[in-house]
Amino acid sequence: MTATGIRSTRPDIASARPRRRTRGGFVPTVVLLAAVAYFLVPVVWVVFAATKTTGELFNTPSFAMGTGFGDNLVQLFTYQGGAFVQWMGNSFVYAIGGALLSTIVSAAAGYALALYDFPGKKAVMIGLLGGVLLPTITLTIPQYMLFAEWGLTNTYWAVLLPVSVTPFGVYLAFVYARASVPRELLEAGRVDGSSEGRTFGAIGLPLLLPGLVTIFLLQFIGIWNNFLLPYIMQSDSDLAPVTVAMYLMLNRGGSEPILYAMAITGALVAILPVIAFVLFLQRFWRLDLVSGSLK
Amino acid sequence: MSSALRERAPATHDRGAGRADRLGGARRRRMPRHAGFAYLLLAPALILFSIAFLIPIGYSIGLSFMGSRSTGSAFAPPETVFVQLDNYAGVLADPTFWSSLGRLGVFAIVMVPLMMGTAILLALLLDLPRVRARAFSRTAIFLPYAVPSVIAALMWGFLYVPQISPVYQFASGLGIELPALLTGGFVQVAIVNVVLWGGIGFNTIIIYTALQSLPKEQIDAARIDGCDELRIARFVKLPHVVPATLLTGLFSVIGALQIYSEPQMLSTLTTSIDSTFFPLMRVYRDAFAHDDLNAASAASILLALATVLLSLLVLGLRTVLARRTR
Repeated sequence: MTATGIRSTRPDIASARPRRRTRGGFVPTVVLLAAVAYFLVPVVWVVFAATKTTGELFNTPSFAMGTGFGDNLVQLFTYQGGAFVQWMGNSFVYAIGGALLSTIVSAAAGYALALYDFPGKKAVMIGLLGGVLLPTITLTIPQYMLFAEWGLTNTYWAVLLPVSVTPFGVYLAFVYARASVPRELLEAGRVDGSSEGRTFGAIGLPLLLPGLVTIFLLQFIGIWNNFLLPYIMQSDSDLAPVTVAMYLMLNRGGSEPILYAMAITGALVAILPVIAFVLFLQRFWRLDLVSGSLK
Repeated sequence: MSSALRERAPATHDRGAGRADRLGGARRRRMPRHAGFAYLLLAPALILFSIAFLIPIGYSIGLSFMGSRSTGSAFAPPETVFVQLDNYAGVLADPTFWSSLGRLGVFAIVMVPLMMGTAILLALLLDLPRVRARAFSRTAIFLPYAVPSVIAALMWGFLYVPQISPVYQFASGLGIELPALLTGGFVQVAIVNVVLWGGIGFNTIIIYTALQSLPKEQIDAARIDGCDELRIARFVKLPHVVPATLLTGLFSVIGALQIYSEPQMLSTLTTSIDSTFFPLMRVYRDAFAHDDLNAASAASILLALATVLLSLLVLGLRTVLARRTR
């Protein structure tokens, strides 16, 4: 982030005090690196463990390569007739579809709330803030009951519909639209004879884009990581995302160590896409949007 | 405009009616085109919100007041009757509800302060001017955010197995005997650790991002006044991140009360986590193992109400704190 760069080249008042410079940097760096180790160890360990046979898991050093990586992959991808590919695919359908839907819905609603006055706006705002506080997971079982009644369970929509509107997403879009789209632009569009819809599409949306990317990413990860919603909605394992599938895999296998190698390999394959995604897209995040949104 | 309207209003009208008239006049004049477009933009959100939130909530509230009662005949199916608050009373009278709530309370009271305290500390460390490996540390700390909580629980589940785990090997190398975390009372520690591992990073980055908006001049001024980094952190940076911290803290509280996936995943590896360990797991058991949707609805609603109340409490605290810092 640029702000960091600016701050670290701050005028060197402290350079007159060389002792503080070493002390000021050393201890914090060590503490930080200890924290980094804590956060990295499980991920690094999974990478090594995925290369091991079940026997090697128990009798070789943790951070040594094993010989079973190929076998583990074959076992994983042929498990239940290649269902793992389907599960990963389902995760992508839910995460991309749900995040897209929810970003579009949030953009439209946030834009309307930020830039238009209309009767009932206050009620919508209050409902929205209430929705932000609502514990969504406790709603999952009510959602299930109703969706079962409507015949929506065991369809992709059972997961896509509940994640397609998030009060927090709408709220973030509202905050971002209020800050980045001046009302004068709308007036100017009207004077030029542009319709409201065209102004929204041609001027509003491009201005909103950085905020929308952030909402999309938050949603994507939130949905990819979701467990309870698909777990409850989909009893058909062909519709399970990878999180649910991994749980079912371990749950059925009980505590048989023979499954360990495959489960660990599955964990690695399941987290790689999102980790790559996050590392790649980190720079496009406007997380200041989140930190500043409730001031 | 308003004075003109008031003149037009008959003198016999009281003030309230006059105001309504005025608003109506303003609406008729301003609303047509643009408000219609605003409603159009809002429509998808409102429709989906109704389908995914309002109708299920209403349905669930309805179910929570209903129960099935045997009709007396062995052949007729039980009929659904209105049972007033029986389901709520049933939930509140069930000792497993209170013990699951107790475990949840212990979990939240331990986890949330640890999560927020660590996140603040790491954010302040990342923001120190002379710290090394900043970009790398930031990315590494953020990384667990990309790991689904069930997968995190699975990974840690294996790391809790002493024969496999590098953590246990490392500790025994230092001569420390770590307890097996998946047995008995230590299982709470195991769950807290998984949740902390998965959640600290996101909170750290949010607070760190809030720190970036602190004007550089304020820090420089404090430094010229002779403050060391510790004092700057305590008296300049910390007050600045209070709003962001309370916001992320609020989400942590809401998240803590909804804890489900981590213990559910860990329960496949241990017998110390039963089906009523946390309230949401108990709700799940009622709904699917016991087929008692009415009791599940009542418990869901109680849990949702408690969460909203706690959230409002945190928000109230935020207002009080904001007033004090001002």
